[in-house]
Amino acid sequence: MRIPSLSNLRFWPQLALWFQGGAAPGQGDVVISHRRVYIVPSRLGLYFGGTLAILLVGSINYALSLGFALTFLLAGMGLAAMVQTTRNLARLMVRVGRSEPVFAGDAARFRLEFANPGVHDRPEILVRHQSSGAQQTIDIAPADAAEAVLAVPADRRGWLPLGRVMLETRFPVGLFRAWSYAEPDSRCLVYPRPEASALPPLAPSDRAGGIRAHAQGSDDFSGLRGYQPSDSPRHVAWKSVARSDTLHPGSDDMLTKQFAGDAVAELWLDLGDLPASLGLETRLSRLTGWVLAAERAGAIYGLRLPGLRLEPGRGDAQRAACLEALALYQAP
Amino acid sequence: MSQADAVPATPRPIGWREFALLLAGLLIVTAPHALNAPWWLILLTVTLYVWRAAALWNRSLLPSRWILIVIVVLGTAGIWLEFRAIFGRLPGVMLLFMFSGLKLLESRDQRDAAAVVFLTWFLAITNFLYTQSIPTALGMCAAVATSIAALVTSAAPRRAPRANLRTAALLLGQAIPAALVLFLLFPRIQGPLWGLPQDSFAGVTGLSDTMAPGSLSQLSLSDAIAFRVEFKGQTPRRRVMYWRGPVLTDFDGRAWRLGYPNFAELEPPATGTSVAYTVLLEQHNRNWLFALERAASLPENARHLEDGQIVSLIPVRTRMRYEMVSKIEAEPRPAELRRVLERARRLPQDFNPRARALAEGWRAGAANDTEVLGRAIEHFRRERLQYTLEPALLGRDSVDEFLFVTREGFCEHFSSAFVFLMRAAGVPARVVTGYQGGDTNPVDGAYTVRQSDAHAWTEVYIGGNGWVRVDPTALSVPGRVDAGLARAVAVGDTLPLLLRPELEWLRTLRYNWEAMAHQWNLLVLGYNPDRQRELLSFFGIKDADWRDLASSLLALLGAFVLGLFAWMLRHMVRPDPVQVAWNEFCGKLGARGVPRSPHEGPRDYSERAARNLPAAGEPIRTIAELYITLRYGRHAAAEKVVELRQRVRELEFG
Repeated sequence: MRIPSLSNLRFWPQLALWFQGGAAPGQGDVVISHRRVYIVPSRLGLYFGGTLAILLVGSINYALSLGFALTFLLAGMGLAAMVQTTRNLARLMVRVGRSEPVFAGDAARFRLEFANPGVHDRPEILVRHQSSGAQQTIDIAPADAAEAVLAVPADRRGWLPLGRVMLETRFPVGLFRAWSYAEPDSRCLVYPRPEASALPPLAPSDRAGGIRAHAQGSDDFSGLRGYQPSDSPRHVAWKSVARSDTLHPGSDDMLTKQFAGDAVAELWLDLGDLPASLGLETRLSRLTGWVLAAERAGAIYGLRLPGLRLEPGRGDAQRAACLEALALYQAP
Repeated sequence: MSQADAVPATPRPIGWREFALLLAGLLIVTAPHALNAPWWLILLTVTLYVWRAAALWNRSLLPSRWILIVIVVLGTAGIWLEFRAIFGRLPGVMLLFMFSGLKLLESRDQRDAAAVVFLTWFLAITNFLYTQSIPTALGMCAAVATSIAALVTSAAPRRAPRANLRTAALLLGQAIPAALVLFLLFPRIQGPLWGLPQDSFAGVTGLSDTMAPGSLSQLSLSDAIAFRVEFKGQTPRRRVMYWRGPVLTDFDGRAWRLGYPNFAELEPPATGTSVAYTVLLEQHNRNWLFALERAASLPENARHLEDGQIVSLIPVRTRMRYEMVSKIEAEPRPAELRRVLERARRLPQDFNPRARALAEGWRAGAANDTEVLGRAIEHFRRERLQYTLEPALLGRDSVDEFLFVTREGFCEHFSSAFVFLMRAAGVPARVVTGYQGGDTNPVDGAYTVRQSDAHAWTEVYIGGNGWVRVDPTALSVPGRVDAGLARAVAVGDTLPLLLRPELEWLRTLRYNWEAMAHQWNLLVLGYNPDRQRELLSFFGIKDADWRDLASSLLALLGAFVLGLFAWMLRHMVRPDPVQVAWNEFCGKLGARGVPRSPHEGPRDYSERAARNLPAAGEPIRTIAELYITLRYGRHAAAEKVVELRQRVRELEFG
């Protein structure tokens, strides 16, 4: 319902703006324009209308002046409620918060901040993710903001865009249902689903996928790393195994004591080492599992993908870089 | 929309606060009905309320559907036994009364709470069937406010109760302008739409179509207002204030009845002092209207009868307002139909032999009707019959007993005896009932006529002269007409409370209250299709039909909603016009393939854009400079903002 003549108003820009629904949103933020707030009577509102009709007919039939007055007072209340319900959403500002990367199969937790620019509180706003149905009800104090966290299932690796979010409210009397849509520019990085598998066995070569062993000591204990089938049972950290629930070789819970000298071992994780018959996704999953295991083991590891080479390193930054590369490699 | 509808409304159980508000609303609207309810029904409904309150503590107490059905069946049967009806006003209201308890008891979640609120509104409106006074209106307003607070509480149960109450008050406050517009402009239809139950208008006091000894004296104990009058000029003297009502022509020996005359076109009186006034007549469920003698005009939808009575074409079921002009002390109209005169001479045989003998004596000694009348008047003056509100009971020959035995009575005795005597002497005569006198309310100057001013007098037909008013009560007790009832009755008689001289303060209070109630009646309760037309013609819309009303109504309501919306959004941060223009500028450039990257500042961006779009290079740089000045400069001149907006709008790429 754009009114072209009004958008050309020169002398009353405020009014023109108002009809246009306010300012265009800034970068990243979305403002719910009041022109994009839709409103219909709820089921309760339809019953309300029916009640008013009966009250009106009764007032006419018995010529009850005060009956008319009561009916019209309620009708006026309905109109005011309609405006207030719309107001509960109008000019709401949606800011995109940071969403931490997740592994495929988990739920991406999108954080959205809803800022209330008005002087009235905005209670009972239902934030609902269109495609997954994840929802949360928030109340926003005047000139304040509230955060909604939408747990959206992340099924595939790569970037997961948030997509459409519906805001709905029935405040203040439940007679009307107002809703609006926002498509905030938010996305969440989804790593491949990690496959729980053992790190590749030690290989004497310096080919990727092996551990280059410069020295092997067994005297100075320096830490723990993930168990590998080739590890001597004497080096397994049995105390730590006893604390965990599972006991089978290759599980993440089984750790091997590391001794000085292991620290210099460099682990190359290479997509090319895995047989192509496994399929890309499975191979990426396995590499993801290896990255996690290597990081946990405190190993120095590097990642090689066709056309991409991440130099060995360790720590959160290395882990994140590797996982991101795996997530986005030929991302679907 | 269908997708949006799929959001499940999670049912929220009713909490304490919500319940308290629901119960308070119900108690306000049902309390007046409890006065009419049988004791067992009150007990049952209160039990249901208490049961629901107890169930808030212990959920398991909520009854099963079967128990509810049993209560419904038993309660309905009980109401039928009590009133022998289910439909009709009183039984219907009693059913609603019972259902209020049942619905409250079975309420579990938000939706049920709304149903209870709707029921509260139904019960509120049924109170207006009995009274539409100011206190009732205030009470029902309180009930509506409470129920809306309950609705808000049930929609936002986690919110602070105080905030919810404030929201409810705000809703009601904002509703008032729209309600006013609707009240004034909603096309009014004169009801009823269908046949009303028999008991719809029961229990209204007022004159009746028969007059037997004792009927008027009963009425004279009532302080209720019969009608109120606003005189356009001077208020006439009290002794000429004869408000003419039903004319009783037929006598069966005991009671006087209406003569059922035909409609007639009566000439307005040629002489007399003109008095213009407005009558606000209380509902009395009969057709007759009251006017000062003698009426010179007719209200809308009213006709004259042959006996000079004015009747409305529809019964006065609601308070009615009409304009009148009367001529005080007008010359009577000499001509009269033979049929009417014939009927005004009829008397049943073998009643009141002594009175008959007295009248025949007058006749024998008189040359004409005028002399007979003179003798009768003289008789009443001389006899000094007593005026009392508590007359002795009379037997079969009531006129004889009044004139010769008890010698005391009320106006119906005086008028009945006088007409009997005149008819026995062969002179046409009839009883006229109505009101005599009234009092001026010192607060608003309106003239109030009460049921206690009910009066009966007579008219006698003198050939060549016409119908002449004779008030036999005034002949015997002159004070009745000059000073009112209180002065006329013997000391010790029970007077209506407000006529007692010692209660001056109470009278003052009453005057104030009645003045307020009068305005209420006129402006609020008396607002009907006619007033609506008057209002619109005041605003220049002549002969408004429902289309005019509907269109002005919709226009005003639309303006109301838009205005309210703008007012509610006024507190929101206003979009910065400079930023709006800049965003529009970025949008335009983006559409030409040069979108702004998030890291780019305005100067870098405009420089890049100007290089990419050389045709518009100069305007792009100018806009960027303007923006930078407005955004980061010290002074933001208004005309610069306008210039920026204009330049952005006019930006072309060649």
